[in-house]
Amino acid sequence: MSVITLTINEQLVSAQSEQTLLEAIREQGVEIPTLCHLEGLSDKGGCRLCMVEAVGTNRLMPACVTKVQEGMNVRTESERLVEYRKMIIELLLSERNHICAVCVMNGHCELQSLAANLGVNHVRYEYVVPDLPMDASHERFVQDQNRCILCVRCVRVCHEVEGAHNWDVMGRGVNSMVIADLYQPWGSSRSCTGCGKCVQVCPTGALSKKGSTVAEMVKHHDFLGWIMNGREKNIWEYR
Amino acid sequence: MTNKIRLGTAWLGGCSGCHMSFLDLDERLLELAAAADLVYSPIADLKEFPEGVDVALVEGAVANIDHVELAKKIRERSKIVVSFGDCAVTGNVTILRNRFGVDDLLTMVYREGPGKAPLGHEADGIIPYLLPKVLPLHQVISVDAYVPGCPPSADRIWAAVTALLRGEKVSLEEELITFG
Ligand code: SF4
Ligand code: SF4
Repeated sequence: MSVITLTINEQLVSAQSEQTLLEAIREQGVEIPTLCHLEGLSDKGGCRLCMVEAVGTNRLMPACVTKVQEGMNVRTESERLVEYRKMIIELLLSERNHICAVCVMNGHCELQSLAANLGVNHVRYEYVVPDLPMDASHERFVQDQNRCILCVRCVRVCHEVEGAHNWDVMGRGVNSMVIADLYQPWGSSRSCTGCGKCVQVCPTGALSKKGSTVAEMVKHHDFLGWIMNGREKNIWEYR
Repeated sequence: MTNKIRLGTAWLGGCSGCHMSFLDLDERLLELAAAADLVYSPIADLKEFPEGVDVALVEGAVANIDHVELAKKIRERSKIVVSFGDCAVTGNVTILRNRFGVDDLLTMVYREGPGKAPLGHEADGIIPYLLPKVLPLHQVISVDAYVPGCPPSADRIWAAVTALLRGEKVSLEEELITFG
């Protein structure tokens, strides 16, 4: 592994050549919003919130799936980037039914807090208000398609960490749906081990513990760090 | 002539919770009363939204033709219109009925129940004609400021109202603009 130098917000910094731009940026203590990214899971560049500008190209780069390169010169804040990030959040909020006031994740939701953080105080797009189902067939958990932002953290944690691969995505574009066991009710899925990792990593109210009511759902994903440290570095410690 | 601010508050398709929260301003209401005259509000008995309003706080989404008419009147007659609470800002719970057609909705709510139900047509004059889709306020009239929250806490309301009383733009901190 070699060390390279690059420029982040006009600061010359060094990074490991294997690192992603997102890792290098965060290592410098620079805040950059993300939703589909989660430490411990593979990156997919899905939400596009971590887009940055690079000198020499007009094309924006998703920091989570871009490897650092010698001599790169990137900017993480600009009027254009802020405007695009707000648009992304507004599109997510308008695409399904995000009624925070009656949501299990009210007050603990990553989408909700990111919206406020980016200054989204209203949505400029028309609300789609799709007629989407909930699946409460699992004995311990509930899936609510109305709150899903298709970040596929659940799909990745189930496949990559639990190794069960219960979840997949069906359909395309706005019609995409996260489905259990090739489109079974979650409760009759035979691949689901009931571990609840998907529930814990889901940033929104789309996956929750059965019986939670408004604002009751709080999620923890520290377990991912412990599991990955154990697997990859053979460090087994519970902090 | 006083130089007090002329303040109006209106209630469209919402639950009145935003107005309850407004009353939670408690002793700050006295300060507000010293600086503003309440010229229209569901908590005051005034029939017609008057001319020459400085600031209008509008609770609720736009769900029927009466709401559209009042919203347009508010816009014409007010300098600053504020979307007051999540129903006005996002449609919130009120917008949930958009997944049903109006006719199915009336059937589910009224006709399938006991007794005689209003038809819900413009002509029967009993309930105001429902719009095919509930809309957030800013999709019907232009809006100058947003105070999200269900309901917005008294502190949020106060932060917005005091800025408006000082003649400043409403620019709320991150923790004061979360939805929900
Ligand atoms: S998932 Fe988050 S943004 Fe969506 S309704 Fe629930 S709290 Fe609000
Ligand atoms: S269910 Fe949750 S984790 Fe899975 S894609 Fe939807 S929002 Fe993401």
